[in-house]
Amino acid sequence: NEQKGQKTPATVTVRDALNQAMDEELERDERVFLLGEEVAQYDGAYKVSRGLWKKYGDKRIIDTPISEMGFAGIAVGAAMAGLRPICEFMTFNFSMQAIDQVINSAAKTCYMSAGLQAVPIVFRGPNGASAGVAAQHSQCFAAWYAHCPGLKVVSPWNSEDAKGLLKSSIRDDNPVVFLENELLYGVPFEMSEEAQSKDFTIPIGKAKVERAGSHITLVSHSRYVGHCLDAAAVLAKEGIECEVINLRTIRPMDVESIEASVMKTNHLVTVEGGWPQFGVGAEICARIMEGSAFNYLDSPVTRVTGVDIPMPYAKILEDHSLPQIKDIIFSVKKTLNV
Amino acid sequence: VRKLLSIVFKGAAAVVSARTYADFTNEATFEIKKCDTFKLDEGPATQVVMTRDEGLQYYRTMQTMRRMELKADQLYKQKIIRGFCHLYDGQEACAVGIEAAINLSDHLITAYRAHGYTYTRGGTVKKIMAELTGRRGGIAKGKGGSMHMYCKHFYGGNGIVGAQVPLGAGVALACKYQGNSELCVCLYGDGAANQGQIFETYNMAALWKLPVIFICENNGYGMGTSVERAAASTDYFKRGEFIPGVRVDGMDVLCVREASRFAADYCRSGKGPILMELQTYRYHGHSMSDPGVSYRTREEIQEVRSKSDPISMLKDRMLSNNMASVEELKEIDVEVRKEIEDAAQFATTDPEPPLEDLCNHIFHNNPPLEVRGTNPWSKLKSVS
Repeated sequence: NEQKGQKTPATVTVRDALNQAMDEELERDERVFLLGEEVAQYDGAYKVSRGLWKKYGDKRIIDTPISEMGFAGIAVGAAMAGLRPICEFMTFNFSMQAIDQVINSAAKTCYMSAGLQAVPIVFRGPNGASAGVAAQHSQCFAAWYAHCPGLKVVSPWNSEDAKGLLKSSIRDDNPVVFLENELLYGVPFEMSEEAQSKDFTIPIGKAKVERAGSHITLVSHSRYVGHCLDAAAVLAKEGIECEVINLRTIRPMDVESIEASVMKTNHLVTVEGGWPQFGVGAEICARIMEGSAFNYLDSPVTRVTGVDIPMPYAKILEDHSLPQIKDIIFSVKKTLNV
Repeated sequence: VRKLLSIVFKGAAAVVSARTYADFTNEATFEIKKCDTFKLDEGPATQVVMTRDEGLQYYRTMQTMRRMELKADQLYKQKIIRGFCHLYDGQEACAVGIEAAINLSDHLITAYRAHGYTYTRGGTVKKIMAELTGRRGGIAKGKGGSMHMYCKHFYGGNGIVGAQVPLGAGVALACKYQGNSELCVCLYGDGAANQGQIFETYNMAALWKLPVIFICENNGYGMGTSVERAAASTDYFKRGEFIPGVRVDGMDVLCVREASRFAADYCRSGKGPILMELQTYRYHGHSMSDPGVSYRTREEIQEVRSKSDPISMLKDRMLSNNMASVEELKEIDVEVRKEIEDAAQFATTDPEPPLEDLCNHIFHNNPPLEVRGTNPWSKLKSVS
């Protein structure tokens, strides 16, 4: 049904969108390179970097030994000396080994040097829960990294997000923590032709309203944006219209978009996979309280979060450790007092 | 004629460098200590040539560093410098010897005992001291302090022990990637030498043949812990295992220079990393909060000062080889003292950074953003 001049969308998985983003940026700027465990000859532990080593070779796609602290530091040093590294953590759980390099060497350096020394680096990899990988491999690091000035923290949901935001992150002259989600890698999403172009970028720091609604605002990031949209579809049948906001960026957070929505709907529910205490939802609550939207709230903000426990293994336990669609629906109704 | 000139000299503030004087020896050959080597067939040369000009330059630079650190000590005791202050006096031959063997287009990174390196890499005494006193004229505009000074091809000044080592290898990776024949000198202390990330870095640097010279400045103590109490092996030049190493007398600027030249040649030939251990000594304690005498004796410090001081050693060499006169060197001392005094004057009178600068430079090349202050009504501005 192609008509002349009409944009042809395509269905692209998040994995392929990330791959395209890296491929395009590697081609565009010879200073960009990728390093991490299994990124080259294995095609990526989750196949996100498939084909890149074959195309760009050893110089630009580098397999590292299992030395997170070491290779993250090497990546930061390379960024200081003029390259633009993409440092992959196989999962962000392993970034804890290297977190000193991310925070003290990368995030703080521009400030400490009064702008003399930039660090144009992207740390990327899967974040948060997967399926059955248990406690040490399931933590969400959004709140940890978003706490720190000097970092930008990005959390895409769909393929368009993944591609546009990764390209922007690579082009940014500052350290960006790019939180992917393993469960989303294989999920196909429609991408407009515009989104498929080589210059398509999404600005860091701007949220997107995925679904307009008038009764209540749902704010989320990454995988749970999908859950919110599913919950919204169910609730719509009962006459409750949810406005779903996809944060896209955790830091700097687009609070204005949330406030504008709350001033319209008067109710707010935050949804995240991470733990409740000191988390993304907690920050949103604090910011809403401090800002102009507070007076528009008809009820306190509700947070829907992961359960406050290390992730268990058994499927039934794991399923009940994370927000389900029914939890979102329940929380919406409670917040609306219906 | 010499007598005449010395009379003239006493009266005027003569510019010493103009004196290419027939009476002085223009260059001399010196026998220096042989370096212990590890996994190397040959080591640095033991017979080296130093010219008069080189000697005068090394002397001036070391003396400037020495007096700068002593002035910092003074200002710290007057509470004009605050926080951490790790002084380098005693170790001058290391920084000067290394810089004499590399180019400013090469790269260097070190830990927190960094004032000397900031100077040899191109920072001015004025800007270094003003950074220590936290003024707007400081090399990092007062934002960094003692441990966070930067200039071209000098990556600090790093506060986290050992973290600078992977960073240095990363700089070297960039050099190799860009094919520019530059190398990175990556320094750490005997304390840091036991950090795991250093071994991770040795592995990757050797694997990828990165042009990095790892240098362990072994001054005998990691804070209050002597090397014997911290390391199962104190042969730091061997700890790279598969990386060749050299152990160098770090109190002799010519030894350091020669070994650094040797190391730089090795690196630039594409053979990969090399490790140097410089045996040196710090006169001060670990930092200004450490008197430095609870874990070592005053006698030990005094013995090093009298027998191995790098500046005295160079001075004796030059005088006994007729490469300079006592007056000439005294003249340099006077000039150095003035430079330090002027710098200290600037550092104590320059105003502190403006409050408007508080939130600036969080990001590079970024549109202005708003930063939350201490309370919700405090909305501060940040430009890059």
